[in-house]
Amino acid sequence: MDARRVTRAVPRVRQVGFFTPNAPPEQPGPVRSQSGPPNSNSPPLSGSPASNSLSPVMIPPPRHLSDNLGARTGAVPVPGRANAGDHATVGSYNPADSVLGLESPPPTRIGDGESSEETESSLGWYRRNNPAKFASSFPGGGFDLSPVKQPEIVSGVEAKNQPPEKNEVQKGQASSSKPSKAKTTKAERRALQESQRAAKAASKAEANKSGGGAASSKTVKQPSQKKDAPPVASSVATSERIGVDRPAEKERKKDVPPPRMQFDDESRVGKAKRRSVLNQTEARNSIELFRHLPPHKNGTQLPYLESKFFELHDKHPAVYKVGLQYLTGDLSGGNARCIAMLQAFQEAIRDYSTPPEKTLIRDLTSKIGGFVSFLIECRPLSMSMGNAIRFLKSRIAKLPPILSESEAKAALCSDIDRFINEKIVLADKVIVRHAATKIRDGDVLLTYGSSCVVEMILLYAHELGKQFRVVVVDSRPMLEGKKLLRRLVAKGLSCTYTHLNAISYIMHEVTRVLLGASSILSNGTVYSRVGTASVAMVAYAYRVPVLICCEAYKFHERVQLDSICFNELGDPDAIAKVPGRVDVNYLDNLSDKQKENLKLLNLKYDATPSDYISMIVTDYGMIPPTSVPVIVREYRKEYLLI
Amino acid sequence: MAGLNLSAVSDDEDDADRDDRPVLSAAAVAAASRSTLRPPSLQTLLEDVPDSAAVPHTSSSGGDSEGKSKSADKSSRSRKLKHDVIEAVNELIQDINTCHEQIAEQAVEHIHQNEVILTLGSSRTVLEFLCAAKEKKRSFRVFVAEGAPRYQGHLLAKELVARGLQTTLITDSAVFAMISRVNMVIVGAHAVMANGGVIAPVGLNMVALAAQKHAVPFVVLAGSHKLCPLYPHNPEVLLNELRSPSELLDFGEFSDCMDFGSGNGAPLLHVVNPTFDYVPPKLVSLFITDTGGHNPSYMYRLIADYYSADDLVVQRRPTSGN
Repeated sequence: MDARRVTRAVPRVRQVGFFTPNAPPEQPGPVRSQSGPPNSNSPPLSGSPASNSLSPVMIPPPRHLSDNLGARTGAVPVPGRANAGDHATVGSYNPADSVLGLESPPPTRIGDGESSEETESSLGWYRRNNPAKFASSFPGGGFDLSPVKQPEIVSGVEAKNQPPEKNEVQKGQASSSKPSKAKTTKAERRALQESQRAAKAASKAEANKSGGGAASSKTVKQPSQKKDAPPVASSVATSERIGVDRPAEKERKKDVPPPRMQFDDESRVGKAKRRSVLNQTEARNSIELFRHLPPHKNGTQLPYLESKFFELHDKHPAVYKVGLQYLTGDLSGGNARCIAMLQAFQEAIRDYSTPPEKTLIRDLTSKIGGFVSFLIECRPLSMSMGNAIRFLKSRIAKLPPILSESEAKAALCSDIDRFINEKIVLADKVIVRHAATKIRDGDVLLTYGSSCVVEMILLYAHELGKQFRVVVVDSRPMLEGKKLLRRLVAKGLSCTYTHLNAISYIMHEVTRVLLGASSILSNGTVYSRVGTASVAMVAYAYRVPVLICCEAYKFHERVQLDSICFNELGDPDAIAKVPGRVDVNYLDNLSDKQKENLKLLNLKYDATPSDYISMIVTDYGMIPPTSVPVIVREYRKEYLLI
Repeated sequence: MAGLNLSAVSDDEDDADRDDRPVLSAAAVAAASRSTLRPPSLQTLLEDVPDSAAVPHTSSSGGDSEGKSKSADKSSRSRKLKHDVIEAVNELIQDINTCHEQIAEQAVEHIHQNEVILTLGSSRTVLEFLCAAKEKKRSFRVFVAEGAPRYQGHLLAKELVARGLQTTLITDSAVFAMISRVNMVIVGAHAVMANGGVIAPVGLNMVALAAQKHAVPFVVLAGSHKLCPLYPHNPEVLLNELRSPSELLDFGEFSDCMDFGSGNGAPLLHVVNPTFDYVPPKLVSLFITDTGGHNPSYMYRLIADYYSADDLVVQRRPTSGN
């Protein structure tokens, strides 16, 4: 098991099933009913280890989740979720919302350092079962426990946390409601959903319908919901006590990222449509295989969107501008999009002022949620953007309530600056340094499409005086390689330009392949511009090493096997027309019947299997593709906490 | 690159020819003996009739006087030779025109129901193949990769939809992404080499590698006239053609980089635009020719049907002074 666990002299035997220790069986009762002294909880916990040296896994009888909901009175301000929180797990791009929602980093910023460690150690392995709601649980020490709203819960959980038992027993006890099997992911989520639903119902009056109403996808709702759940679980005063066991439970629990929104689900798509800002055009000829992906919104929406500018009063103009740029394709490339989005949020935060009777944290989170949903409508988020949003929301959630509004805003803006600086700008510098060591004199380097990191590497190596040639491979329909080619040639590199079909021809002179990535998934699959997989495959067949250059903030814990499960659809008309070649006009005059039979597919991304990759160059160093989940797991907390 | 391909002139004709010959050189004797075992090759034909053979060879250089000086029977022999050659060429043309039907007849054996077929570029053989299957009421869908930079895939897609097939047009970059959902890859060939390798339109090596990775059968349709007795050594370079860079880059955009005469030491920008790709035999699952389906390792045998060992290399006749 985990090395961090204390090794015991006596092996534990896991008892599965209902096990009533010598303590009162209604263990979880006190938590739920908010009655009963805290110490009633302790006996079972402390008793169990004492009673028998074998501390079994105690699985409390399943409680009805509605019990808990009484506890959370008006706690959760669900920001403008008009529809009942049906599925917590829905969301087209949930940047591990479970992480967002459930992983509550140490509550206070002040007590950050030591409290987090303390939590870890004291909690040991608080496996899940602490639904986000009951975020009020927290570690024994290091926090100012000022129980305001739900003292019982707080203390109850606290008491549970006392004994640093590092087994699932605690989990069972501490958990308010769920059967604490190690693998009840679904159960936990269901509990979460139900409690959220009830909480939402309870706090509906108070819920501020923010611009989140324009959100089309649940993704935003989900993160906002979960995000709000933990911090708002208790009152403002207790908002500092964010689930102590949550972090532990988060990590152990291997938060499974909730599945993304599937667009072939009629009910969800219908709701999304009602909320959307843009006209949802029905794809003319939607490909059966890709019905689960949102259809492309092309630049023809631009005038429509422009005309709606004054109606979208809740969207900050900076965000609106970025959205327009996404829609038209002026801004493309993972890093560029991410930076533009974060800077737009910065401006929005600077101009933000808390409405009366609302708390900054909640309101701002919901506003950000609204912005994100607008951006998603313009163009689906990339995974790196999702990670950045997750970071921002966690920073907002961790704002100590004692800060004044201006201080909080300044803190957030500086956080965003720090993120951009550390995770993107400096990371790029580190990557360039690492990768330049892999370039020798006489090398022939092949690159595909246009990746900003690879461009930086090539220019840097050229400045260092290394003698090498570059082969730029390009493909339709984006033809991004031409721009890269122009910039490289302007700087004096000798280049060869070719198209994707010719890679078998050119590969026998190539010594290294440098590629960029939009994201790298936990099974080592590289999710990148369409065609990258073909380049990597041919390079592998010719035994040419393939290096992927990617910042670590783009890593994601999702897994994907092929390019069809998740992708982005581009403009189908870009396939039928070849710019600059008027002779290619075969598809101009088709009869209607013929048009029915013909479908045009324009994929934007594809998934390269990890076997084709030799090495990934990140700001954490040069790692093999199998180490990506390690980085995700070990360093994710770090970048969320910064 | 192409060896001479001459369908077998019938043995009978040739024997009759030889009987008339008054003088037989040693080479001719050897040739005669060879000819009884195998269909005569152009080489043997020309050897057997050295004098009259010299006539067509040198006639282009205006050696008519020599021809006229020969006896009449030699001129009739040369006429017969010309006749034979012309007939053989006609047969070859006939073969080329009818190979599509013979190949398309086999479509029903390979395409069944609810299949997904991938192809790249455009090939008339493939078009006929798919349409034959469609006529036999097999249901299938076709993914056509457009095949930059000639974009022949657009043409094929248009033809297929005109004949009522469900077609999806994709870019070449999406081939790897889509191939996991494909049942079979069917392509045409430009030439089939002696080892079973294929000279195919550019991009097909990439498709063949992707098909191998996903265990999708890679089927090559080739009429037997595409067989070539050469063994591909360094095929990417020797058996390839490079086309104009204007198909990839607009000259106007990059004229400052591509003009070598600009004189300011600007870095050279090379543009590579090959026409063909070489697909090694281990990536090909099946060849479907007008004589049936074959393994790549068998293709060399078929060459013996169409080429004689003598014709594998066209040799220049030693100057005999005639």
